[in-house]
Amino acid sequence: MNFDFSDAQKALKKQTRDMLRSACDLTVPRRVFEDSSESYSKDVWAALVDMEAPATAIPEEYGGIGFGYLELCAVAEEVGRSLAPVPFSSSVYLATEAILMAGSEEQKKEFLSKLATGEAIGTFALSEGPGLVTANSLSVTYAGGKLQGTKSPVPDGDIADFAVVVAEGTTGSCLALVDLTGDGVSRKPVDTVDPSRSHAAITFDGAPAQLLGSEGAGWDLKNRVFDRAAILFAMEQLGGADACLQMAADYSRGRYAFGRPIGSFQAIKHKLADVYIRNELARANNYYGAWALSTDAAELPMAAAAARVGSIEAYQFASKENIQTHGGIGFTWESDCHLFYRRSKLLSLSIGSARVWKDRLVSALESRNAA
Amino acid sequence: MDFNDTPQQAAFRTEVRSWLEANAERKVEGKRGLNRRIDSEKGLAIAKVWQAKKAAAGYACLGFPEEYGGQGRPLFDQIVYDQEEEQFDVPRSFFAIGLGMCAPTMMTYATEEQKQRHIPPMVSGEEVWCQLFSEPSAGSDLAGLGTRAVQDGDDWVINGQKVWTSGAHYSDWGILVTRHDRSLAKHKGLTFFFLDMKSPGVEVRPIKQISGASDFNEVYFTNVRIPDSQRLGGVGDGWTVSLTTLMNERLAVGGAPPPDAMDLFKLAASTQLEDGEPALADRAVREKVADWYVQAEGLRHIRSRALTALSRGEAPGPEASISKVVSAPKLQDISAYGMDLLDIGGSIIGDEAPADSAFQNGYLYAPGLRIAGGTDEILRNIIAERVLGLPGDIRVDRDKPFEDIPTGR
Ligand SMILES: Cc1cc2nc3c(=O)[nH]c(=O)nc-3n(C[C@H](O)[C@H](O)[C@H](O)COP(=O)(O)OP(=O)(O)OC[C@H]3O[C@@H](n4cnc5c(N)ncnc54)[C@H](O)[C@@H]3O)c2cc1C
Repeated sequence: MNFDFSDAQKALKKQTRDMLRSACDLTVPRRVFEDSSESYSKDVWAALVDMEAPATAIPEEYGGIGFGYLELCAVAEEVGRSLAPVPFSSSVYLATEAILMAGSEEQKKEFLSKLATGEAIGTFALSEGPGLVTANSLSVTYAGGKLQGTKSPVPDGDIADFAVVVAEGTTGSCLALVDLTGDGVSRKPVDTVDPSRSHAAITFDGAPAQLLGSEGAGWDLKNRVFDRAAILFAMEQLGGADACLQMAADYSRGRYAFGRPIGSFQAIKHKLADVYIRNELARANNYYGAWALSTDAAELPMAAAAARVGSIEAYQFASKENIQTHGGIGFTWESDCHLFYRRSKLLSLSIGSARVWKDRLVSALESRNAA
Repeated sequence: MDFNDTPQQAAFRTEVRSWLEANAERKVEGKRGLNRRIDSEKGLAIAKVWQAKKAAAGYACLGFPEEYGGQGRPLFDQIVYDQEEEQFDVPRSFFAIGLGMCAPTMMTYATEEQKQRHIPPMVSGEEVWCQLFSEPSAGSDLAGLGTRAVQDGDDWVINGQKVWTSGAHYSDWGILVTRHDRSLAKHKGLTFFFLDMKSPGVEVRPIKQISGASDFNEVYFTNVRIPDSQRLGGVGDGWTVSLTTLMNERLAVGGAPPPDAMDLFKLAASTQLEDGEPALADRAVREKVADWYVQAEGLRHIRSRALTALSRGEAPGPEASISKVVSAPKLQDISAYGMDLLDIGGSIIGDEAPADSAFQNGYLYAPGLRIAGGTDEILRNIIAERVLGLPGDIRVDRDKPFEDIPTGR
């Protein structure tokens, strides 16, 4: 039994944490948050690229450094902790994974090396406005090598170089790879609850695109990409939840009321103990997910859903109780509490909300039980 | 990361499994087998036979030193054994308090001669031990206990009352915390002993608990004499000695009996709701199953993390301390929800109830689990103070002489 990260993986995590601590203290996400002209922090992105973070899990033959997913999970946790305002999840967990999973040899060669070096930023476009998209409700179409219709909100849609689009093809759903800087593409920024991560509405009007994987397989491929991405998102969420707990515990030791630290009141102590409990349950599920991801285990769908559900709830809980622990100051624009509160909500909705993943979890248990 | 055994562990697992195959029956799903509604007297007799068999084969207390009846093996081997034994229908253990709490306390504080006399019969199940700590006015606040110990020559004379003492009615020996000086501050006036439960003046009265069973007792002491040689630690060191016991208690308790999330999953798959569909097709039911599955899996992986630490000879991380505070309320909630799925028929307990009444029994057992071995609230205090570094509660009694501390009901 060795259910732990290796020393090298821990060192990578520490290195990432140290780097982000200096390159991305909370003034950085706040700046992107407050300045609508800055879609993401180019400096932080450059620093991550510099330490080859986007290349972590890409095999060497495609221009990556071929470390693996345990390493990528370690990095993701730190990205989440620092609230890094960068297109890491879009480009690395989604676009890269989609191409690794469904791309032809040629597509892999062409796109992965650019993703690895940060030369290109990729994203993944599924949502079509408020409400759930299903395999039967897709309105964006792909026919004759061209995309038609609107996707919104697309994470990093305003800055990405290309997108993997889930579309209705001629024989069922498909994934289509589209150059966002090319013809037939118009994009418009969309405001979300977390402006430190930019989103856009992208309208395709005959935009040329190439198939990624086969026609008809789109929905299934999307689900498989999301299973993998769920674990990486969960690691980000865990990092954020941990940061909230730290922040709340620190504050509660130093803030006095009724002549004593508020952290000595049981209502606060028990609240923070509950945050700790949820975070640790999430961490345990995430580490298992990391293992499943790194070994492509048969347990992946269950492990991914458990990691995702636990981390959504841990981060949502930690970020709201962090505000509560701070009292009035926690409700102000100046306080950093709401940066986490907003991010936790955004992440809880990216790639499907808790209710979607709970259902997927039970479906995965049903298939396992039937087998 | 790697969930596989090392070659030595794998070899040991195979050995254990074949011994179990030869000496016990595999569990049958949904049946409680040997542990089905038997009184504690009969149950104890069966358990003693099993424990003796294990001890003879060298599988009882693998981690204890050889001179005290153990095997001197790594703690990890004990866990391998437990994991394998869990899959077999073996009697519930009556020895957990003795082996998990009393033995480590004895190992730390008893004389060599006492250890050699007392620990091997604990290991073999010949002698059963209990923990005489809680009193009517001292539970969470254990240091508020008042049972008196007065020195008289080479003996101490004990008067007072303990309560909630699990297994006192069938125990041969017990560990006991007393107060020898009421003029000292509460944590300072305590002294710790072990005693023969057959000593004159010890009276054990079973308490009937929620379920109707009687697993714990009131224990009265009237002029009970304990030789000074059976004092553990110095006069006035009772609190420190108690902490040794309590630390081991936190390692020993943690898990909960079924039903767990997958039991609910199975119940929901085989139970119909309004529309004739299985309950598991209902979105609301699915969400609940998912929530508890995530908790149960989280605990399972936290155990794997602890095992990783143990197999490296390290102490488990602080996350290991959340086990009981998660699993006890989870047991209570899953039990109640499983009964809901069965509608008013969920109230039936006995032969007609699904899963051998696991949900009904869980419902009646869980409240005790949330209290025993540190209540939900006390465990949260401990996490907040020891793990998160938050300040301790304000104490109004800490430095007062014990006799001046106000008492309520
Ligand atoms: C099934 C079972 C088996 C047991 N077996 C044994 C045994 O073998 N030996 C033994 O010695 N004891 C045993 N106990 C006793 C057990 O340790 C105590 O019941 C427990 O410590 C709680 O103490 P209490 O019952 O006096 O409740 P109290 O301490 O009076 O608690 C009442 C309520 O007040 C809360 N409370 C108390 N103090 C605080 C605080 N500081 N902060 C917040 N809330 C607080 C508690 O959480 C609880 O909700 C057993 C109990 C049970 C239920």
